[in-house]
Amino acid sequence: MYTLLKQIAKAGIVSEPPPETDEALRVTRQRLDDAILEQFGRSLAIRHVDPGSCNGCELEIHMAQAAHYNLEGRGIRFVASPRHADMLLVTGPVSRHMKVALLRTYDAMPAPKLVVAIGDCGACGGGIFGESYASCGAVSSIIPVDVAVPGCPPTPLAILQGILTAITK
Amino acid sequence: MSLDDLTTQPIPGAVSARFALVSEAQLRAACERAKADGGRLLALWGCDDTDLERGFALNVVLALREGLLCLRLPLAGEHPRYASLADLFPAATRMQRAVYDLLGVHAQGGTDTRKWLRHGAWPEGVFPLRRSVPIDAAFAPADDRYAFVRVEGEGVHEIAVGPVHAGTIEPGHFRFSVVGEAVLRLEQRLGYKHKGIEKRAEGMALDECARLAARVSGDCTVAYAWAYAQAAEGIAAMQVPMRAVWLRGIALEIERVHNHLGDLGYLGNDVALAFGFFQFWRLKELVLRLNAALFGHRYLMDYIVPGGVARDLPLDGPQRLYELAATIESEVKVLRGIYDEHAGAQDRFIGAGRVAPELAQALGLTGLPGRASGLAWDLRVNHPIAPYDQLDVRMAIHDQGDVAARVSVRFDEVFESLRLIRAMLGRATAGPVHEVVPVAREGGFGIGLVEGWRGEVLVALETGAGGCVRRMHPHDPSWQNWPLLERAVIDNIVPDFPLINKSFNLSYSGHDL
Ligand code: SF4
Repeated sequence: MYTLLKQIAKAGIVSEPPPETDEALRVTRQRLDDAILEQFGRSLAIRHVDPGSCNGCELEIHMAQAAHYNLEGRGIRFVASPRHADMLLVTGPVSRHMKVALLRTYDAMPAPKLVVAIGDCGACGGGIFGESYASCGAVSSIIPVDVAVPGCPPTPLAILQGILTAITK
Repeated sequence: MSLDDLTTQPIPGAVSARFALVSEAQLRAACERAKADGGRLLALWGCDDTDLERGFALNVVLALREGLLCLRLPLAGEHPRYASLADLFPAATRMQRAVYDLLGVHAQGGTDTRKWLRHGAWPEGVFPLRRSVPIDAAFAPADDRYAFVRVEGEGVHEIAVGPVHAGTIEPGHFRFSVVGEAVLRLEQRLGYKHKGIEKRAEGMALDECARLAARVSGDCTVAYAWAYAQAAEGIAAMQVPMRAVWLRGIALEIERVHNHLGDLGYLGNDVALAFGFFQFWRLKELVLRLNAALFGHRYLMDYIVPGGVARDLPLDGPQRLYELAATIESEVKVLRGIYDEHAGAQDRFIGAGRVAPELAQALGLTGLPGRASGLAWDLRVNHPIAPYDQLDVRMAIHDQGDVAARVSVRFDEVFESLRLIRAMLGRATAGPVHEVVPVAREGGFGIGLVEGWRGEVLVALETGAGGCVRRMHPHDPSWQNWPLLERAVIDNIVPDFPLINKSFNLSYSGHDL
């Protein structure tokens, strides 16, 4: 126990300030009014779905939750059920085999809901995997997308920026 | 028949591999002989050469003590079929089912002939990897039903999980048959992420396909990029500058370190030791940041390219890497002490998800979980390619085969990789880091094999007209290891599944393709 506490003290607090929002990431004009955004601003529940990524984007979503980026410290947390989620975070192209699961997850979320597509694959045409007999391509070909974050994979900072952009006016 | 009776020819390239065109009887005999000698099935895939009027073909790669043996069995253009190899190598089962789904090449006498990678994206009787099917063919959603094995008996019930899981994980379906909390049986259903990687590769320029290969499974992008580069360079019969070889080795070991750090963190998290997650991921972030500064990408994506590496280290690179290695080493030593002393964590780790060495051997477990179950196999030791042939890698090995063993192997491998990184930095003399790859000849065949952090990553490559890719087959070690995860959870309790699963940390994307 002593070494554990010592390690915590030694590591200290490494969390860094959050990034500025970036309007360039917005795909759809903000649909939510101020009152709702204010609520989201203090507590946001995210459900993540991977409908076909290479798993690279997931690595950075995990990292966004780690100490340097401290997503939870900003009132943003990942939830296990779409019923509890305000925002859907989607990584990768949408494989045809995951299309139904993605749609069902989206439909299960209560309105108002936001969608953020993470990474080149989901943001634009399926990225290097493209569209094919097996891939539907971009997330927006299946569900409406509010904010798209490019990058392969986008950095945790960019992911955070995308999330914050989605919940600002 | 012995393997010596086969007429084989060396496959040019960094990997010690031989190739032979075989008859069905020769294939069978070679597999039997390999099995008797303790050899393993590394990969199995099909190809459609009907456009060249050669029918179809089945490719089988065996790992033998003396190196790789790559066998090709030509098959008819109509109703292509061969005798199943699953009785010799259980790991062949899912690969054979995938070959059927994609190419309509049938394994006769296989006990499990259900579809595997095909869900509803294309109908039965259509085989999307055939040359006659265009890549953008779109089919009406087909029947998605799948015949799961039902376990019956008093008190048995099913728990179905996925494809969408509770956390940030890749999609797959797990069906548990349980009595109370204990797992009687687990059946996996994979293939949700199938996005047509192999079809996409066809006709790509060699360097464009390198980027695709590097995204088969993002968490081992270095291993894939290297294996792909080996295959491409073998076809071009070219040598890579020595400095690039050292830098590749450094990149691969960095990838091993940051993945092990990530897993060790989550393994703590999964036993309610959130401290572990925050500590290990803090260290992982230090690695990723230095990667971005020195190599130009946090995960080193597209750093290894055919012909060498994308860029040299900056002048202060070695110094910064030495310092990072020192930091990680001293901190991980402390963290290992904390994990080892933590009664709650050890209570969950020890005995959970055990794969006994005999079972591991029989079913062909490989890579990191294999070494945790006593299988002394690490390419860097058994068949070291450059630069590992100059490094004397020390293999991490454990015989308990439980979560604790897989944790222990990860710790040992972190320390060994840090030692290797230092050793390679010290020996990488100055020089060019890239050489232009000559245009590949039509009909070239190359193979690459790299010990990634998860296990052996294989890439097979064929070139066609204009030096473009004719066929690329990437093989992830997860193919071998997923079936063992089904066995590892038997008699464990359901709540331990996430922990056991994480201790393997297999790739969905690398498997589903
Ligand atoms: S954007 Fe890049 S890292 Fe993300 S899923 Fe696509 S290929 Fe992988």
